[in-house]
Parts: sequence; C-alpha cells; structure tokens
Amino acid sequence: MRRWIPLLVFAVLGVFLYLGLYLNPKEVPSPLVGRPAPDFTLPVVGRPGETFSPSEVRGDVWLLNIWAPWCSVCLEEHRHLPRMVGGRVPVYGLTWKDLDREAAPLLARNGSPYVAAVDDHDGRVAIRYGVTVTPETFVIDRDGMIRMKHVGPITPVIWKSKFEPLLRELQL
Amino acid sequence: MIPELGQFAIALALALALMQGSIPLVGAHRGDSRLMALAKPLAQAQFALLVLAFAALAWSFLTHDFSVKNVAQNSFSQLPAVYRFTATWGSHEGSLLLWTVILAGWSAAVAVFSRQLPEEMVARVLGVMGLISVGFLALLLLTSSPFERLFPIPADGRDLNPLLQDLGMVSHPPLLYMGYVGFSVAFAFAIAALLSGRLDAAWARWSRPWTTTAWTFLTLGVGLGSWWAYRELGWGGWWFWDPTENASLMPWLAGTALIHALAATEKRGVFGNWSVLLAIATFSLSLLGTFLVRSGVLSSVHAFATDPTRGLFILIFLGLVVGGSLTLYALRAPRMMGGGSFGWFSRESLLLANNVFLIAALGAVLLGTLYPLFLDALGLGKISVGPPYFNAVFVPLVAPVLFLVGVGPLARWKQADLPDLMWRLKGAFAVALVTAALLPLTLDGMNLQVTLGVFLALWILFTVLKGFALRLQHHRGSRVRQLARLPRAFWGMQLAHAGLALLVVGVTIVSNYETERDVRMPIGSHLELAGHRFVFQGVEELPGPNYLAGRGTMDVTTPWGRSFTLYPEKRNYNASGMIMTQAAVNYGPFRDVYVSLGDPLGDGAWTVRVYHKPFVGWLWAGTLLLALGGGLAAADRRYRVALRRRSDPAPAPEPLRSITREGVA
Repeated sequence: MRRWIPLLVFAVLGVFLYLGLYLNPKEVPSPLVGRPAPDFTLPVVGRPGETFSPSEVRGDVWLLNIWAPWCSVCLEEHRHLPRMVGGRVPVYGLTWKDLDREAAPLLARNGSPYVAAVDDHDGRVAIRYGVTVTPETFVIDRDGMIRMKHVGPITPVIWKSKFEPLLRELQL
Repeated sequence: MIPELGQFAIALALALALMQGSIPLVGAHRGDSRLMALAKPLAQAQFALLVLAFAALAWSFLTHDFSVKNVAQNSFSQLPAVYRFTATWGSHEGSLLLWTVILAGWSAAVAVFSRQLPEEMVARVLGVMGLISVGFLALLLLTSSPFERLFPIPADGRDLNPLLQDLGMVSHPPLLYMGYVGFSVAFAFAIAALLSGRLDAAWARWSRPWTTTAWTFLTLGVGLGSWWAYRELGWGGWWFWDPTENASLMPWLAGTALIHALAATEKRGVFGNWSVLLAIATFSLSLLGTFLVRSGVLSSVHAFATDPTRGLFILIFLGLVVGGSLTLYALRAPRMMGGGSFGWFSRESLLLANNVFLIAALGAVLLGTLYPLFLDALGLGKISVGPPYFNAVFVPLVAPVLFLVGVGPLARWKQADLPDLMWRLKGAFAVALVTAALLPLTLDGMNLQVTLGVFLALWILFTVLKGFALRLQHHRGSRVRQLARLPRAFWGMQLAHAGLALLVVGVTIVSNYETERDVRMPIGSHLELAGHRFVFQGVEELPGPNYLAGRGTMDVTTPWGRSFTLYPEKRNYNASGMIMTQAAVNYGPFRDVYVSLGDPLGDGAWTVRVYHKPFVGWLWAGTLLLALGGGLAAADRRYRVALRRRSDPAPAPEPLRSITREGVA
C-alpha cells in the first residue's frame, strides 16, 4: 500500500493543476472593492482655479479612469471610451504624474472623454487607489463605494461583459 | 520551401519516435535482439532529423522569412544576426523545438555511450526516451507548430521580446533544457530498471554519470538565469521566488537529492527504491515546470504566451508520464532491497538526512508555488505567495543540509565513529564559529543571519580542506602529485561543496549588507554610497541597431581613489515600443557597483538607482564551481574505464558481472 502513496499525491496535484487551467491567476481583486472610494480634492486639468472631489458626485454612479499623457494605451482607450460609455455614466479622469504638463493641451487637441480630469501631479492619490498600471478604471456607486476595478484598457468586449451588467445593477 | 522541410522533418521524427518508443520495448520484453538493436539507429536518425528541423527554423529567422508566423512574431528586420539566431528558441514553439532537439541529443548520446550496457537495458532506456519524445513531438506538431505560414506576408516582424535580447539569454534556455531533459535519462534508467525488475547497484552506477551531467547543466542554467535577471531586469535582484524560477529550482533540489541517493545505492546497495522514486520525481518536476511556465496556471513575470489547449495537452502528457511511472513503481518496486545495513551514524544515515532536508525544502518550494492555485481552485480567495514565505521556510530547511555537507564526506560508510569525528573537526568548528560571530561585530553589530551563513560557509570550506588532508595523510612523496592522483569524483565532490560555500557567502553578505539609493539626479549632481562617489553627467541619445537608447553617463570614484565610468541605458525598441532598462555594472571580486536609469524628470534630471552589492559575484562564482565539480564527478575514470572496454576485441562480460557482484555484496 505504501508504494501507492506517491501516485495518490500526484493524482491530487493533477486535479488541482487541471482546475488551474480554467482560472485566471492575473485577476487579483483590489482590496478596495466594497470600500469607500478614497476622497481627494485636486485641480482640474485645463481649467485653472477649478477643483474636483469625489464628494461632489455623491449620489451618482461614476467612473474614475486613471491615465497618463505618456501612456499610449490610455490615449487609444480615449478614442473608444465615449462611444462605449454613450453618456450613460459620467467618467472622471485621474491624470497620473503629468510631470511635463502635457495633459491639458493633449485633451484639448484630441477631445476629452472626461467630464473633468484632475491632476494628480505627484501620484499620491493614485497610491491611495492602489494604482499599479495605467489605464485602470474604478466603478463607484451612489454611496461612494468602489464596486469594481478594471486593470488595463477597456475594450468593447470587456465593456459589454464587465461594465454594462454592473452599471445596470447599480442604476436601475 | 525550407520551413516545409523543417515541418516534414518533425513529422518524420515523430514517426521514428513512435517506433523507438515501441519496438525496442517489445524486443526487450521478448528477448528479441533484432528488435532491440533498432533502438540505437532510430535514436540517432531522430536526432539528425530534429537538428535539421531546428536548422530550418534558424535559417528562416536568419533570412528574415516573415511568411513564417513564428519569425514574424519574434523577429524584426533590424534585429542583429546573433539575436535572430537566438530568437529561434525565443518563442514557445521554438523553445519546444529546442527541447525536442536536446531530448533527441541525449537519446543519441545514450546510444553512442552505452556499449558496455546489456542490450535489454539500452533498449528499454531508449524506448522510454522515445515515448517521452513522442509526447513532445506531438505537442509540437498538434498545438505549437513553429513553421506555420502567414498570408498575406507581413512587411516586417514584431521583434523579439527585448528582455530576451541579451547574451545571458543566448545560453540560458539551452543549458536549462540540457538539465531538464538530461534528467529524462535518469528517469529512463529508473523505468528500465523497474521494467527489468533488477534494481541493483549496477543500475545506479550506469545512471550516475548521466544524472550528474544533467545536474551540472541545470546548475549552470539556473545560475545563468539568475545572472540574467540581475543584469536585465534592472532591479538588482538575483532571485525573486518567481514561479518560473521555482520551476527550475525544484528539479535542481530533487536532482541534488538524487545524485546523493544514487551514491549510496551504488556503493552500498541501499535506498534503491528511494533512488528510483527520486529519479521519477526529478524528471516529473522538470515536466511540471514546463507545464507551469507554458500553461498560464500561475502568474509569473516571464511566462510564455499561454493557451489552455496547450496547457491541457501538457497536463495530459504529464499525467501519462508521471501517473504511468508511479503506477509502475507501485507495482514493480521490489519489496526488499538486498542492501547492507548501516549504523545510525554513518555515511548512509547522513546521506539519508541530506535527502530528507532537501526533499522537505523542495516540498516547501512546491507548496509555496502552488498554494495560490490551491486556494483559488477551492474558491478560498486569491493570494500571492512572496519572498517572505520562501525565505522563512527555505533557509531553516537548507541550513541543516549545509551543516551536513561538512560531516557527510568525512563519515565512513556503514558505521562511523561520532566521537572520533567530533574530535577531528573540533578545530574547524570552533574557528568557523568564532570568526562568524565576530565578523558582523566588526561591520555593524550583531547579525545572526550573517553569523549563521558565514559559519556554515567556513565550516564547509574547512571540512573540504580536512577531506583533502585525510586523503593525503598516509601518502608520502610529492603532495602535488598525490593531489593530481586523487579520483576526479573526489575532486568533483569537494569542489562542488566548496562552490556551495562561496554561494552561501555571496547570498548571506549581499542580502545583509547591500545598500541602494533611489534618487533624483540633475546633471552634474553627485551622491555617495558605501564610500563610492557617483557623479551624474546626464543622458544622451544613442541609436542602437533596433532601438533608440538614452545612455546615461555616471562617473564613479571608489573609496581607494580608482575611477571608472558606467553607462546605464534606457532603450526604446522600435518595433514593439517596449522600454527596457539596461543596467550598467562594474564587477569586482568583492563588490559590484550597479547603476540603472529610472525616468526622466525634465531639465536633464533623471531618477537614478544605484546599488552597492558586496560579494554578489561569489554567488555566480560558487555556481560555476558547483558545475565544475559536477562536470569532474561525471568524468570520473571509473565511468570512462567502462567505456574504453567497449573497444576491447574480446567480449568482456567480466567487468559487468563484477559490478553486479560488488553491488549485491
């Protein structure tokens, strides 16, 4: 009997390896999901004197999109974002470490997908949101809670499969 | 045309592998020499075909044949020729082809260097290797063809991953695969022994040089991977406990346990079943590593493009190989080994302890690597297991092994004299302990980690010297000549153990005393680190063959007044747009100075990361010495004597019989 033990151990391991084939290890949920969105007050890019703070939009469902002017994937995402969102929810932008002050002219030139984009010049707010890469998008509900975090660009497929069901649930 | 030839060669090789995996095994079962004799030519022909296929792929890369999908995805018109060649194994498909070439190469080597073996043994070993080859060639043909064509033909390629455009990458995968795949020989010998039902000392003697050779290659491969990560990733680390790294460490640990267990099996006829199990486990872990890296089951910094079909295919293959061999083990492993008995303190018991700790360490690494998968599969949440776990668990399990390294080689077989050994080693123990305790006090106060590491390293070095002294004490005449006359196996063991000591010194010192600064540096500014003065002279643009580099200039002055200049680069690759950090390192025997560029901050200022890494070079020097020891041990005269006998005109059954007799005794 003892000499069957190695085979048994391997069989158990094999089952787990098989299950592992159908899991996605890269999808690590943000610990912020289900927690209140960290508050901040930051100047709005391209509108001197104006600021934005999440507490101003309490009562609405909204998206916070983290981007940076030097992030080409973000700029690609900007082109598709308005079409996908279709004005159903307001999208705010958090401009991460725009050290060369490129964001304002860039948004003016290409057209801004945001209601407002704030300037997180030193990246401190991004740290509180646990941002690891750009772009990242947070879905925040009427009570100011983070309901979802998406890492990477939003494609139409991701929008349909991840965002639309959640937004329907939150708004209706 | 050339790519089609390559594809055709793979298909033919698969047909030959099917024959190699069946006919000789049937022949060995029936005792039919004609069938068994087919094994060698089949293995050699298969190797020739796969070399041809590999050459066809390399040709496609070198001649920019972008109609081949693999080339289009992993090469680029501006890619330098040397990297076009190495890009041959830069993709999943290409590296799998390399894997099969190496497997066929090992089979061909067994066919050439096995004339002193009984014909059934050769037939079974090559048959098992043929079956393994069938699995990999089928994987290659069915899921990962390296020669798939593209239409329309793209104008240019997407370039090789810039991380792989490095000289370390030229040799890292081939060496690693030489190790991984080399263990298939040990595996095949174990399976052949189980099939024949003769698990004697002769079996252990035959598989020892192969196992040691494979282990030597794996050691080099793992070491080179670590060196590559050190220079290329720009974080200055040399081991990250990444699943991919663990995938190569696990077979290394099992292989280390195996070469020690085989020594006991050969010399004393003990641990026979255990050696067989270890041989199976070592190769299984090589396969598991392949699965983990290529299936996307675990997230890793350097995984291949993943595909669930491939993952499933490899898993089924893994299940067949491991499940089949463990079933065979359960059915056929002899109930009782004829081996001799041994005392509680003897070379055998110490080797057993070595194996217990190595396997425990292996288990800890395996658990840590797969734990996120277990939890995720059970729906218990997603976590990642990082260095704190591995360091906390691995170090206490490996420290006893390192202590045993000092004792084991000096203990006698069967029954050793503990008080006598303690008396002989008291000096080495005391000097090592006192030095290790005092050393950190002279630097920056008590540090138990440093004390432990330095003690173990000195302990190993002193006992290695003691080992030489004991060998020479009864000899008269020239010491140098006596040293040269010691068997290579002895030299190999002692050098490898000394290499381990260097490795421990490197790891201990660099982990505890490295210093780093991560700062903003305007042009002309300077910083001080570990007595070195760094002056930043700015970054200039410098076009490379297929990238545009920002090359920083950093003038460094050492505490002894010597000065040199380092040129760290930040490269933007033209085709992929990927940005790569190329650290600049000044190597030294007692420290490395390491500079890497961060990001530009405007006005010519950059964030710059500067490291002072004492003794880090010892890590790789130790690895080289480990490999040198392995190479010497594998080249021991006893194995070559057996080889030379094959050219004797008279049939020589005598040596074989004597080996067997010796083993059973």
